[in-house]
Amino acid sequence: MAIYATRMRDKLTQALAPHSLTIKDVSHQHAGHAGADQPGGETHFDVVIVSERFEGLGRVARQRLVYGAVSAELAERVHALSIQALTPAEAAKLT
Amino acid sequence: MDQTVAERIKRDIADNDVVLYMKGTPVFPQCGFSAAVVQVLSHLGVKFKGIDILVDPALRQGIKEFTNWPTIPQLYVKGEFVGGCDIVREMYEAGELQDLLRDKGVAFADAA
Repeated sequence: MAIYATRMRDKLTQALAPHSLTIKDVSHQHAGHAGADQPGGETHFDVVIVSERFEGLGRVARQRLVYGAVSAELAERVHALSIQALTPAEAAKLT
Repeated sequence: MDQTVAERIKRDIADNDVVLYMKGTPVFPQCGFSAAVVQVLSHLGVKFKGIDILVDPALRQGIKEFTNWPTIPQLYVKGEFVGGCDIVREMYEAGELQDLLRDKGVAFADAA
């Protein structure tokens, strides 16, 4: 049961109305590192999020929006997110 | 936040052109994200001060509040927060980190 992934998906969807959102649990890549070894993983995630809300914002401001939406999850369990925060125009250029 | 911690952070980022708040030390990073930023800075030949937040619980919490950023590592250049691991890596790959260092007058070995 990916409880935290689901919670983050709900909150990011609500906060940023993303065009697309991918949340991948990569906790296994951090196994053994201090504090990260929780049974059931869900400590490290890769997040790729495409939203119009990022338009006109710099990298730091975009990530702050993402972190802000999932602050409870970060406080409770999640150690780190690797975030790609793109506007729809930027995402279109990547594909 | 503890005022002495805030004062210390302000002093460190004022006294050093490039400061990396990290887990572990530049020689022995204790986390892959911290190691990745050290690698970028080393590759660019940037002189930086690495500050190990693992040995100081007050600083570990304090830097997150000071920057309003929930994770470590955190890179400061000339007193300004640049970002964490993803941002540093993206900027480096796009050549923007090099531009930033140049604009701020921070010496580095431009390999490109």
